[in-house]
Amino acid sequence: MTLDAILLASSEAASEIPVVHPVAAEGVFTWLWLIIALPLAGAAVLLLGGAVAKGALDKVGHWIGTASAAGSFVLSLILFIALLGRGEEERQIGQHLFTWFQVGGLDVGMDLLYDPLSALFLLLITGVGSLIHVYSIGYMEHDDRRRRFFGYLNLFVAAMLVLVLGANYLVVFLGWEGVGLASYLLIGFWQHKHSAAAAAKKAFVINRVGDIGLSLAIALMFTTFGTTDFAAISEQASGASQATLNALGLLLLLGACGKSAQVPLQAWLLDAMEGPTPVSALIHAATMVTAGVYLVVRSNFIYELTPVAQTVVVIVATVTLLWGAILGCAKDDIKKALAGSTMSQIGYMMLAAGLGVAGYPFAIFHLLTHGFFKANMFLGAGSVMHGMNDDVDMRHYGGLRNYMPVTFLTFAMGYLAIIGFPGFSGFFSKDKIIETALAENWIIGLCALLGAGITGFYMTRLMLMTFFGDTSRWDKDAHPHESPHVMTVPLIVLAALSVLGGVLLLGDFVVEFLAPVTGVAEHHEPPLPAIVITLMVVAVVAIGVAAAWFLVGKREIPRVAPTEVSFATRAARADLYGDAINEGVVVAPGRALVSGLTSFDRVGVDGVVEGGSLGVGAVSGALRRVQNGFVRSYALSLLGGALLVVLALLAVNLA
Amino acid sequence: MTDFVKPTIDYFELFPLLVVFGAACLGVVVEAFAPRAVRYGAQVLLSLGGLAAATVSVVLIARDSEVYADGAARGILAVGGTIAVDGPTLFLWGLILVLSVAGVLLFAERHLDGGVSAFSGQAAALPGSEAEREASTRGLDHTEVYPLLMFAVFGMLLFPAANDLLTMFVALEILSLPLYLLCGLARRRRLLSQEAALKYFLLGAFSSGFFLYGAALVYGYAGSMDFADINESVRNDAGNSALLLIGMGLLTVGLLFKVGAAPFQAWTPDVYQGAPTPVTAFMSAGTKVAAFGALMRLFYVAFGADRWSWQPMLWVIAILSMLLGAIVAITQSDVKRMLAYSSVAHTGFILTGVLGVQATGDLAVGEVSSLQSVLFYLATYGLVVLGAFAVVSLVRDSGGEVTSLDRWAGLGKESPVVAGVFAFFLLAMAGIPLTSGFVGKIAVFSVALAAGAWPVVVVGILASIIAAFFYIRVIKAMYFDEPVGDGPSVVYPSVLTATAIAFAVAATLMLGVLPGPLLDLAGLAGQFLR
Repeated sequence: MTLDAILLASSEAASEIPVVHPVAAEGVFTWLWLIIALPLAGAAVLLLGGAVAKGALDKVGHWIGTASAAGSFVLSLILFIALLGRGEEERQIGQHLFTWFQVGGLDVGMDLLYDPLSALFLLLITGVGSLIHVYSIGYMEHDDRRRRFFGYLNLFVAAMLVLVLGANYLVVFLGWEGVGLASYLLIGFWQHKHSAAAAAKKAFVINRVGDIGLSLAIALMFTTFGTTDFAAISEQASGASQATLNALGLLLLLGACGKSAQVPLQAWLLDAMEGPTPVSALIHAATMVTAGVYLVVRSNFIYELTPVAQTVVVIVATVTLLWGAILGCAKDDIKKALAGSTMSQIGYMMLAAGLGVAGYPFAIFHLLTHGFFKANMFLGAGSVMHGMNDDVDMRHYGGLRNYMPVTFLTFAMGYLAIIGFPGFSGFFSKDKIIETALAENWIIGLCALLGAGITGFYMTRLMLMTFFGDTSRWDKDAHPHESPHVMTVPLIVLAALSVLGGVLLLGDFVVEFLAPVTGVAEHHEPPLPAIVITLMVVAVVAIGVAAAWFLVGKREIPRVAPTEVSFATRAARADLYGDAINEGVVVAPGRALVSGLTSFDRVGVDGVVEGGSLGVGAVSGALRRVQNGFVRSYALSLLGGALLVVLALLAVNLA
Repeated sequence: MTDFVKPTIDYFELFPLLVVFGAACLGVVVEAFAPRAVRYGAQVLLSLGGLAAATVSVVLIARDSEVYADGAARGILAVGGTIAVDGPTLFLWGLILVLSVAGVLLFAERHLDGGVSAFSGQAAALPGSEAEREASTRGLDHTEVYPLLMFAVFGMLLFPAANDLLTMFVALEILSLPLYLLCGLARRRRLLSQEAALKYFLLGAFSSGFFLYGAALVYGYAGSMDFADINESVRNDAGNSALLLIGMGLLTVGLLFKVGAAPFQAWTPDVYQGAPTPVTAFMSAGTKVAAFGALMRLFYVAFGADRWSWQPMLWVIAILSMLLGAIVAITQSDVKRMLAYSSVAHTGFILTGVLGVQATGDLAVGEVSSLQSVLFYLATYGLVVLGAFAVVSLVRDSGGEVTSLDRWAGLGKESPVVAGVFAFFLLAMAGIPLTSGFVGKIAVFSVALAAGAWPVVVVGILASIIAAFFYIRVIKAMYFDEPVGDGPSVVYPSVLTATAIAFAVAATLMLGVLPGPLLDLAGLAGQFLR
């Protein structure tokens, strides 16, 4: 049933997969490269300029970083408006910057592609990115390495922009690795903390596994199509064999799983919360972790042809959305609870992306709204930590709504958005995904519905533990206070976006805007009328919220997490044994393999090599003695050689 | 009796030969009439000027050379067909001239040994005698080395261009005689140097005898010295084939002796070690290039129709050279001797390329021809070996150069730059990727494989592995071993040697990263003109 339904859906859509055919950039669009160049220049100035003018840069560095991101945002906005003014068939704009490299038959240009999909991403990355830059000015005020922090942030923004603007997979890969690097640097920014350094390393290593998938996919594309350009591949994809397409889809998914923390490569995301909070908001909520979703949607011309890979995407996404939600229920660390929620929400996006043409616009829609409300909540959490002496344990919070009114109110907007309270942005985006899922397959749809209920539970728990109740659980020396304006203004802007993000769906704007990229879906009647589904979602979320109220809000919250808990709670606290699984399935066998190989190398290979070299050495010593220094012997050997040559000639020819 | 026809001389095409020869003769005049004080400067300028003029004219000739046979060959046969100025000749001329310029720079170095060159003050004075001491205190120098070098260069230029057996023999002698003399002119360790010169001369004369006898036998078979006529006879299978085969074998001996292939390599370590290091550098690079050019012209043009009869013999020689060179180099304790054996191994690698010959028609588009691969390898190897010996001349103590490998231990700490440059040359010889040696090895191995000589290639790869061992051992000694006792010091050279070394490093790196242009140039040289 599962496969059949999706097979059916894709075979209908297969006839109208849009082909990427960019027109050359002109007018304002020739400034496309500048969007990347601005933050890149900012990073260069901040990271390299320190050697020249350290004192001055330390004073104004954060303003340079913020200005370059904001400049990028303004440009993105101008281009977006210009794009809206164009006809639908002209909304794919390509810009060739230079030939990156040319090896044999592989000709890779530094090409950019600006289309509705990347336009939305540009707005999200530069818009939310600029707000987070502003917020960081306050958050990192007392860090004496603030200039470097802004340099890394700019570097990240530039890499992320390369990722979403690349017109071929290799440029995307460049950005992909760039964000990986920036993320590594930012997670480990407080590298004096051992846990931060370890988390950075873990994120890096797990992402490498995903990167293998992406790089193999690129290699396979080159051998199959002889190019890595979106345009050429989208034209030729239908000509490739089914096995190749399946492999491509699965390899790309592996890459997406690494970047987007999808099961089974999810283990790094919770640890990555060791980084400064703005980093968690920017990289691990709003932008980088959504790169996997971008990759799948961008590669729609491949996924539409491979139902097998699409099915795997849907399964992975469903598992992840439940997995992340369960983790979110058990974490006491406010950032880790939010990280679990992020995993779960990306699961929703992946699910939508895996559902094909009908899902792509909603994947991107949810991605945008999630970018707003999750960044909002992460920054809110940062504000809370800022006031609570950097304590992250929610069991030490309580009743903060009276002490941090702005933070509380903005956080509440994000909260209402994520649980899908009617009218808020998350309501529209999640509702659409669940609706589409139910229309395609009811089992997946029910899982998504269940996830929505759990979301209601853990987010309510987080709200209750942090902002409600009394203040008895505080640390002795806690003096919570509202954060400075430079931090609260971004919160207010993001809160407004969390509330209003849903307007993007007005008149099906997102769906129609993205149609040139994703194609137009066949309409599937959901098994139930849309209004019934919406009511069901609201009801399930209400159950989740109520459960949290009765289990958390009505009871006394112990200051220390109780250890006498059910197996389920223990499992969730241990990240559902994600690390144990990695340890058992990958690390331990790997270690055994390595030790086996080492001993084989020592005994077998070294034996052969050393024996061989001993033998060669002995022969060498013997031959050396022939070189005795007497000309008469040399002359004799010359004569012998002459005989050898002549005899060899005669033997070959006269025998 | 036929009338004597005066051959026309193609002065334009022969200009490089003539200008080098002219500069050499002028050098003798300078030596005879110029006062001692100005001789050094005059000789160096004269040599460099002559070589530069020759290089420029090579470029001009190459630009103007006519193309024959659908682009397969280019150039002309000059002086009644005795000298072929064709594509390969021009490539080799250019290469030899570049190496010679570097050779002159090394010869002219007077900074390393306290203001005097590496050559003996008065060669006629007995070692250890009063006269020697006097010459040394007066700071005398043998500036005759420059004309000698130019005569040797003239021979080297003529050798690969010679298109009949007699011209080839004359070129062989012109190239060899000045080198015998140069080998004996070392300022330090003069007995060793003189012994080397004498050995080289005796064995060289012996091998010349083989060559001459071979020439006589082949003349007996073909009735002509001319390569084209010999080719015609071979093709028609006229005459006694035993005569041809024995003659061919004896000619081969003469040439293989010059390139230092096993089992004719016995002279190489002794001569390389004994000769003044600048001479070793120049000779090891230049002789090999010239002699391989001659070897290929002899085999491809004169005996090309009969390649099935000589290919197996070259198989054996190539395998023997690679294995013997690589294996014996392992136990060498002297860096110059080690480089000598490594040069034997490289001779084997180049021979692998030579025997990869196949008809042009068999080549697929874009495939490297055998000639092309050998020309490329010669260019890369010539520069590397010249650079390596130049570096050897920098490592000294109070007694002159230090060539004992034990004392090179820890050189990386004494001078990371010089040790690094030497390590780079060794890696290039070992054929590590991103150096020219890698591309060269790939080229010769692939042409040999295409010609079906896979056993030779297998041995070649094996020998490369063994060779890598002793190259890397030297690197390890320089960087990871503690210095023993009073280690040698690195004397920083004047701009002359520094230029030569820097050029070799740059070219080796360039050809490793971007081999395309030179490979194309070698391909453009086309085939030998028949």
